[in-house]
Amino acid sequence: MSNGRFGIHGGQYIPETLMNAVLELDAAYRKFKDDPEFVRELSYLFNEYAGRPSRLYFAEKMTRDLGGAKIYLKREDLNHTGAHKINNVLGQALLAKKMGKTRLIAETGAGQHGVATATAAALMGMECVVFMGEEDTRRQALNVYRMRLLGAEVVPVTTGTATLKDAVSEAMREWTSRIDDTHYCLGSVMGPHPFPTIVRDFQAVISREIKSQLQEKEGRLPDAVIACVGGGSNAIGSFYHFIPDASVRLIGCEAAGRGVDTFETAATIATGRLGIFHGMKSYFCQDEYGQIAPVYSISAGLDYPGIGPEHAWLHDTGRAEYVPVTDDEAVDAFEYLARTEGIIPAVESAHAVAYARKLAPTMGRDQIVVITISGRGDKDCAAIARYRGEDLHE
Amino acid sequence: MSNIAQAFAHGKAFIPFLTCGDPDLATTAACVRACADAGASLIELGIPFSDPTAEGPVIQGANLRALTGGVTTDKIFDLVRELRRDVTVPMVFMTYANVVFSYGIDKFLSKAAQVGMDGLILPDVPFEEKEEFAPACRKYGLDLISLIAPTSEGRIARIAKAAEGFVYCVSSLGVTGVRSEITTDVGAMVRLVKEANPAIPCAVGFGISTPEQARRMAYLSDGAIVGSAIVKLLAQYGKDAPEHVGAYAKSMTEALRG
Repeated sequence: MSNGRFGIHGGQYIPETLMNAVLELDAAYRKFKDDPEFVRELSYLFNEYAGRPSRLYFAEKMTRDLGGAKIYLKREDLNHTGAHKINNVLGQALLAKKMGKTRLIAETGAGQHGVATATAAALMGMECVVFMGEEDTRRQALNVYRMRLLGAEVVPVTTGTATLKDAVSEAMREWTSRIDDTHYCLGSVMGPHPFPTIVRDFQAVISREIKSQLQEKEGRLPDAVIACVGGGSNAIGSFYHFIPDASVRLIGCEAAGRGVDTFETAATIATGRLGIFHGMKSYFCQDEYGQIAPVYSISAGLDYPGIGPEHAWLHDTGRAEYVPVTDDEAVDAFEYLARTEGIIPAVESAHAVAYARKLAPTMGRDQIVVITISGRGDKDCAAIARYRGEDLHE
Repeated sequence: MSNIAQAFAHGKAFIPFLTCGDPDLATTAACVRACADAGASLIELGIPFSDPTAEGPVIQGANLRALTGGVTTDKIFDLVRELRRDVTVPMVFMTYANVVFSYGIDKFLSKAAQVGMDGLILPDVPFEEKEEFAPACRKYGLDLISLIAPTSEGRIARIAKAAEGFVYCVSSLGVTGVRSEITTDVGAMVRLVKEANPAIPCAVGFGISTPEQARRMAYLSDGAIVGSAIVKLLAQYGKDAPEHVGAYAKSMTEALRG
């Protein structure tokens, strides 16, 4: 069996054509991850370019309003490019550059990872091609423009359901046809080993910062950390350094779409079962014959039929909990945070806010909840307006 | 000698690929018989998958048509059982890991053996993951076919030594599909396979469509695998495809053995 397992999950289920590429990536990552020069360069980019550390903000009005646990917001939305995606991309782009690659390819759902990849490519003087489901290029037209502005080529993907999973498939096909000069900058903690580990390590800066910032402000650990989960990169980043701290509840919020009792859902843990897809063994939404299900969520970033293998393992062991949050609840939370704290979250992150609104009132005032606001919501305003029946177009 | 080894015992092998249920199972059955009558050495039957990441647009289209038509793994087992009443040519399934895994690896292979299949190709299961599937293949007597690619540097000997049935040499980078030119040094790949495992046959696939290409690839190896060129005939002629597929297969077997 290959390396890179989380319990039974993970692995390297990919065509032979890509095997040497992922083995080479694994070797390069192991060589550079603790290399002082690499670590210094990446810290410089994180701090000076991306604007890290991101703030841990005490949401006082929200705390008062909900009447339970103290609520802190981890402000990944304040990063350069407006989301946590930049953490992983800067790490992978720097690694790719060390490996001598000159071209980055990426998939994107909401467009946040695509924008981040295009940004890193512009910064580092690399070529960039982003695959995006045609359906998503319509939902997130502004991000398509941003990527092109940054010098990237955006390829609309028309196969399958024309959403995130198809963008991943198309990026994998492209990598198969051009490996020598190209690094596939995968955007989440998914795909074949070593991607789930690499992406998690670069995103783990989120929980490292939460831990030390909360220590400074409160002198203790949080009682719960809540993050949204599609593939699960901001969630694993938010959870990682708390995994050994058994008192900290780790809660991932999946996109339930119109509800887990409908076919229009993307809640993998709630409705999926064990499978092998996109290079990994994990849980997937699928039919009885293993055909991958067309999934749905208002959020293009969570609209994925699988979940990263480390999350699947955290679910198996019971270390993390995964809860479904519907479109309606997410949109309510989107508006709630805007009005209550003057912060417009990405509709993805609004799934985490929605669950916090249910959880916090059931907790004591001496308890602490951290919600990761994985991205900013400017990109979603038009879609939310339409959801509310306003005829608004960008 | 396994049935698959037999397929390579009579000169250069012609190995056509068909996506089961494209556009329906009756047409697939007719195409299988047409290929067998035309002298195909081994037939690859594709079980469609919703997200075939190793396929180009042509076979992706076939997968979509087949699934839209309602084909399932169980219906394909029934098809094979029916074909085996008169078709003796060796046949292997080509599908993706999740189709086999979600059916239950043991149950899938038990059924595949029962209906008369001879082997299994899983393009998303590399050497490192094959032991998850190999024991059940051995238990029921099917060969799990290994693939090598132009990027398999340093891996070919290891893969070839453990190979069963035949080695599938992927001729080019990228996904399946018709190519006007194959630039990889296929001869060198085949030599590395034979050095490690002199007895194992090598068939070359990906990008082969013309009799001339097939002849050239088979000259360097033991046979040619043709997928997209046949699937295109299905896309073009639909239910009327079998006679065209038969004529095409005939032109290929003649080119290979003529």
